[in-house]
Amino acid sequence: MEYRTDDATVYAVNGVSFNVGKGESLGLIGETGAGKTSIALSIMRLLPDRIGVITGGKILLDGTDITAAGESAMCDIRGEKVSMIFQDPMTSLNPVMEVGDQIEEVLLLHRPEMTVEQRRKKTDEILEMIGIPAERKHEYPHQFSGGMKQRIVIAIALACEPMLLLADEPTTALDVTIQAQVLEMMNGLKEKLGTSIVLITHDFGVVAQTCDRVAVIYAGEVVEIGTAYDLFEGEDHHPYTQGLFGSIPNMNVDEERLHPIEGLMPDPTILAKGCSFADRCPYAQEVCFREKPHCREKNGHRVFCRFSKYPEADREEDVEYE
Amino acid sequence: MSETPLIETRHLKKFFSTPKGLLHAVDDISLSIFPGQTLGVVGESGCGKSTLGRVMIRLLPATGGEVLYRGENFLAYNGRRMKEMRKKVQIIFQDPYASLNPRMTVSEIIAEPLKVCRICPDKESMQKKIRELMDTVGLAPRLANTYPHELDGGRRQRIGIARALAVSPEFIVCDEPVSALDVSIQAQILNLLMDLQDSYKIAYLFITHDLSVVRHISDEIMVMYLGQCVEKAPSQELFRNPAHPYTEALLSAIPIPSVRPEDKMKNVIRGELSSPINPKPGCRFAARCPYATSACTQQAIPLTEIAPNHMVACTKYQDKGEHHG
Repeated sequence: MEYRTDDATVYAVNGVSFNVGKGESLGLIGETGAGKTSIALSIMRLLPDRIGVITGGKILLDGTDITAAGESAMCDIRGEKVSMIFQDPMTSLNPVMEVGDQIEEVLLLHRPEMTVEQRRKKTDEILEMIGIPAERKHEYPHQFSGGMKQRIVIAIALACEPMLLLADEPTTALDVTIQAQVLEMMNGLKEKLGTSIVLITHDFGVVAQTCDRVAVIYAGEVVEIGTAYDLFEGEDHHPYTQGLFGSIPNMNVDEERLHPIEGLMPDPTILAKGCSFADRCPYAQEVCFREKPHCREKNGHRVFCRFSKYPEADREEDVEYE
Repeated sequence: MSETPLIETRHLKKFFSTPKGLLHAVDDISLSIFPGQTLGVVGESGCGKSTLGRVMIRLLPATGGEVLYRGENFLAYNGRRMKEMRKKVQIIFQDPYASLNPRMTVSEIIAEPLKVCRICPDKESMQKKIRELMDTVGLAPRLANTYPHELDGGRRQRIGIARALAVSPEFIVCDEPVSALDVSIQAQILNLLMDLQDSYKIAYLFITHDLSVVRHISDEIMVMYLGQCVEKAPSQELFRNPAHPYTEALLSAIPIPSVRPEDKMKNVIRGELSSPINPKPGCRFAARCPYATSACTQQAIPLTEIAPNHMVACTKYQDKGEHHG
């Protein structure tokens, strides 16, 4: 996936492959500018017109390729099969519409067969499910707190019980206590509705508490993917993952200094010939700058670094969902 | 630790009047910070952390109470004396994207406080000072003529730090300096702040909502809830023995980056911050507190010392220890 501007082409997503099983939650973790949101927008096909272009690869939803689906087909998919929650709950709701109507709108679009009565009943149910009294449905977004607004956004996304929910930093703008409430609710809904979730975040804590599998994204590439257990307890890691762990202040250990990764993300307008992390990697050798690293795999835990201890694996090229 | 604190507040209050009534943003906060020490202030958004920081350096007028700088109440200073005072106390703002003038270059931004406070007698010494400051905060000299929009969040925050350091302050209010940054950049900035403290013996009031960050950088931590201090303790003590139910709840709400079963999130606290407008007497946390009794809402709960320097405002501990108004 690329962004084409007058000045330069930004290579935002470069050959990302992963799959999400039914009822599974996958965490995408990486820094700002790593391309996490671009991945989600590509799946939703919400990239800016003429600027954002998918240049290769496939997006398979339930076995069907939706990469080339037309706009009207996508309209049916969005909200119905795939939903997205945006980062900032303050700006993703319509300020001049009652929240109840905003939830009903989704039903109106995707469930035209429902009667007015059914829709109202369903809206009340959804509100109760996310812990907001149904009497408050006639209020406007500004009358709710940040945590409640984010819960309403989630309610809108889940109104049609989609197969896949893309959550783009759903709790970053919230306080820890409210974040804990929202995460708990999302976990509960995942179990209740069997929705698959792709959770985009930069917080390892959030990933550990909610995701079954995790993919670490760096400069538009997956550098490591595996189960949450592989990532937090596994024996072998990509140097970037190690670096990220070194940057987190540990709550349980009193350490004098943090060990940040030196340097910054590479310029996304220049496609690296070798490993994209080589510039910042403490173990980088000359060969890393020249050639792309191979995928090394053990029991489904993949590390894209040539110095990984895992045996080499064949790389699958497809992007799949469900 | 020296005898007199560098900066001290006594019963500091800041109320805002709103159409609905008085908003108690900062309500009777007493604290002291010694040279070269860091006091961390944590709490949810809307609990008055930032207002406290701003009132402490007189960016907002206080409603009541005193702020003492080396024993002198500077809230009563006139304009000229306050201008001198501004060289001693500085602030680093939360959002490095909004707190820098987009139409000024990096060197112009850093030069601003030098000009205002007339620190450098001529252009040459000013340029030298700017280069030194940029070097101190780890900005490459080639960036001097760039504009903030050309730089990433971490570098922008470094400019904010350089600007605060320009007047060689003794006390800096850090208002969530890292919450807008990525973890890897966050770690770089935290290390920088700690290095600066070591070399210049600056005292920090470190405002954050992230408990893991505050543990890392603070000597002492104050937990705020709706404008009041509910618990204050040395950093290690607070994490080892959190006494106030709100502190416990905050600690248990942090998602721990570990998949071990014992680190699973538990006891998620219900409800949200109630309104700080015309609060009822008694403990303001009572509505969300799992241990609340009728005694909690009857009268104001004073801070009680339950261990050396460990103060808690909770009825659970009132019978033990001595009272501090």
